[in-house]
Amino acid sequence: MASYGLNMLNSTVNWVTQALDAPSARAVVFGVHIGGHYFVEGLLLVVILFLLSQKSYKPPKRPLTKKEIDELCDDWVPEPLIPSITKEMEYQPPVLESAAGPHVIINGKEVVNFATANYLGLVGHEKVQESCTAALEKYGVGSCGPRGFYGTIDVHLDCESRISKFLGTPDSILYSYGLSTMFSAIPCFAKKGDVIVVDEGVHWGIQNGLHLSRSTIVYFKHNDMKSLHDTLEKITADNKRVKKLRRYIVVESVYQNSGQIAPLDEIIKLKEKYRFRVFLDESNSFGVLGQSGRGLTEYCGVPVEKIDIVTAAMGHALATEGGFCTGSSRVVDHQRLSSSGYVFSASLPPYLASAAITAIDMIEENPGLIVKLKKNISLLLKGLSGIQGLTVTSSPESPIVFLKLEQSTGSIKGDMELLEEIAERALKEDSVFVVTSKRSVLDKCRLPVGIRLFVSAGHTEADLTKACECLKRVSGLVLKHRD
Amino acid sequence: GFGFQGYAPICLGLEDFYIRRLYLRIQDCFGRPISSAPDAWFDVVERYSNDNNKTLKRTTKTSKCLNLGSYNYLGFAAADEYCTPRAIESLKKFAASTCSTRVDGGTTMLHTDLEECVARFVGKPAAVVFGMGYVTNSAILPILMGKGGLIISDSLNHNSIVNGARGSGATIRVFQHNTPSHLETVLREQIAEGQPRTHRPWKKIMVIVEGIYSMEGELCKLPEIVSICKKYKAYVYLDEAHSIGAVGKSGRGVCELLGVDTADVDVMMGTFTKSFGSCGGYIAGSKELVQYLKYTCPAHLYGTAISPPGAQQIISSIKVILGEDGSNRGAQKLARIRENSNFFRSELQKMGFEVLGDNDSPVMPIMLYNPAKIPAFSRECLRQKVAVVTVAFPATPLLLARARICISAAHTKEDLVKALEVISGVGDLVGIKYFPAEPNKQHQEHGTIKLE
Repeated sequence: MASYGLNMLNSTVNWVTQALDAPSARAVVFGVHIGGHYFVEGLLLVVILFLLSQKSYKPPKRPLTKKEIDELCDDWVPEPLIPSITKEMEYQPPVLESAAGPHVIINGKEVVNFATANYLGLVGHEKVQESCTAALEKYGVGSCGPRGFYGTIDVHLDCESRISKFLGTPDSILYSYGLSTMFSAIPCFAKKGDVIVVDEGVHWGIQNGLHLSRSTIVYFKHNDMKSLHDTLEKITADNKRVKKLRRYIVVESVYQNSGQIAPLDEIIKLKEKYRFRVFLDESNSFGVLGQSGRGLTEYCGVPVEKIDIVTAAMGHALATEGGFCTGSSRVVDHQRLSSSGYVFSASLPPYLASAAITAIDMIEENPGLIVKLKKNISLLLKGLSGIQGLTVTSSPESPIVFLKLEQSTGSIKGDMELLEEIAERALKEDSVFVVTSKRSVLDKCRLPVGIRLFVSAGHTEADLTKACECLKRVSGLVLKHRD
Repeated sequence: GFGFQGYAPICLGLEDFYIRRLYLRIQDCFGRPISSAPDAWFDVVERYSNDNNKTLKRTTKTSKCLNLGSYNYLGFAAADEYCTPRAIESLKKFAASTCSTRVDGGTTMLHTDLEECVARFVGKPAAVVFGMGYVTNSAILPILMGKGGLIISDSLNHNSIVNGARGSGATIRVFQHNTPSHLETVLREQIAEGQPRTHRPWKKIMVIVEGIYSMEGELCKLPEIVSICKKYKAYVYLDEAHSIGAVGKSGRGVCELLGVDTADVDVMMGTFTKSFGSCGGYIAGSKELVQYLKYTCPAHLYGTAISPPGAQQIISSIKVILGEDGSNRGAQKLARIRENSNFFRSELQKMGFEVLGDNDSPVMPIMLYNPAKIPAFSRECLRQKVAVVTVAFPATPLLLARARICISAAHTKEDLVKALEVISGVGDLVGIKYFPAEPNKQHQEHGTIKLE
């Protein structure tokens, strides 16, 4: 057996040696002397290539048959469209029976109205009413088209130039709804990859705009400049590429969720140091702050050119509806073509635009309104000092006076129950109409809930005294049980 | 940039290219200002430019033109004898705005009346009204659908629906425009596969369609879509922005026209800007749905309430349409818009234009295809005192440019005949009669005998 194997080995070796010594093995190709071993290497290469080109083993795919899909479809049960209705969902707000001025009629009784943001008392003012009536007779109610397709009426253009003239900016653009202003403006200028630093207490419109823009969002603590400084520092230090990206800071001038005023001069200092652009939402400060009502920029002494984009909803001091955005011409022209809430939506009804023009004219002609509003705010705050169980968290100059519970129950639901009881009793027993802050399930803001009073220049001293006494009495009653 | 050192430019260069090179040159065809109500005839403000259309300046001159562009389907756009006095009355009573959200101090008696009226008109148990149509879609979809849900929407849906769907966080799939068979294929595939990557079953599925598609002018194939959704247990969301008030025997929209029971459509949405001459949007559904929305929807909790004169205009116009004002103007308007649309469409087709859309739909796009024909068509029509709307990229694909005509009940037969003459003349000049024109009837009478 062994000798047979040895013979085989010998003959194989001889054969190989012969093959290697064959004439072809000594060929010279391109001046390279080919030895016989090249054949072995060539064979190995071919074998390797063959093995690599083989597909790796995958178990064969079997698509589902029609019958199986039918069964799956029959088995599948969807959730109900909405969850079942709980008791809180049956809340009905009080129904007004007259115009929402400083006094309003609810259920046949006259009540003092602190629930509408009628800061300068222009709701129902006769000059505004006159211009609206004239516009209704001339243009009808609606504008019947988006701005690009014959929905641009001359009052819109007049309104835009009036706003720019008032604020001292080159140009402005009108939106047909206050809430859509911010959530259409932000996605125009911020896309995926850009960085936005935003206060954690901003309202839902801004939150939705940030979500739609798909940029990187970083929150900083509510109205805390140190936190803003640290956040900006961290972002510029971390990311080397950040210089090429667009970077924004988004703040509100007077926060709807807490009544605090943003310190604009410090924000501008930070913005210039770290090279960010600023988006400012002046809904609650336009016509309120500053000597002549020009807003937070005048109040803090900052020239309006330093803010890149200013937006505001007109449903507050201007006693009309809609919103506007103002800034440099580049900013405004870009929005006319790519802002979805402007291009794909019908334009503002013309009578509301003419009401806005009249309201701005009145602000310029009667600076006394702003003085009266400031006086009313300070009177109210003085009257509310020492109230039991509630603390004032809004800034001293803010037209939204925000009261939160001194001792929270621990859950938003519990807080809301107490606050709603206070508001209900205030309305029923003392005829003072105040409102609690409401939160949607989609709202990401985690600031405490509270009671809001919107002060108006149309309130008299008697109204304010009545409100203070009423709140002190009711909160004492309701919150006494807890101790 | 603004001359700020070290800042990244605020507008990216690539987005700008189409705008700088193509759009600015034809900018005068869009955004034309008017200085009167958008009625059947209106005054278009003339503009001029000194720097090759980069900026346009207004003049005080106006020219009276025939309005074929505004969404004025039932003619409520201008001052109306029934609606306007009532709107002015409500202005005196409730002022121009309530300056407050609906849940705070913004609900007046008008608002509660309005919601009842709308629910009755549409044919659903309850309705809720918002101040703007765009916000209605963007704020409702995130409430109804969330992560783990599936939204199947038509490929040509409006931007507000797309934005609302994106904001909701649900997975989005698209089916071929108005093709119920493809919808069925997508539904079957998706239910069998489940959620992406985890393959868990979907929480809920919603199919979103529109009543009349504004860029195509066609009606949705609602009966087939509703039956497919019933079979696969998906929810149906119908956006009737253009069809409410404009189609149907009594103006109740696509459901009435195509014979679909309103109880089969889960959520009905619409806007008041088109047929009612006002502003705002609504959602109609079951009582529980509306109650839930009033508790959670951000547009209701954070947005200003609809302006009272606007609300009164809607109530008055619904009363006119239903004939509750004591006259039959509503029925006349509905008959007129149907006649006008069908007459205009058939005449255009006879002339050889390519017109999209179904019969009875008041929206008719005329295909131009070549974007270079947009300024020619638009400017020449304006010169002959007919104002049309031309649509370019990005609302339509770049090479499918079109001119869109919106017929109104306020147009008289003479207006339509004049419009047809002008459009025919301009069509010959520009060269958009892509189909052979049908020969006139008189010629046919002399022709050969038809062999049946």
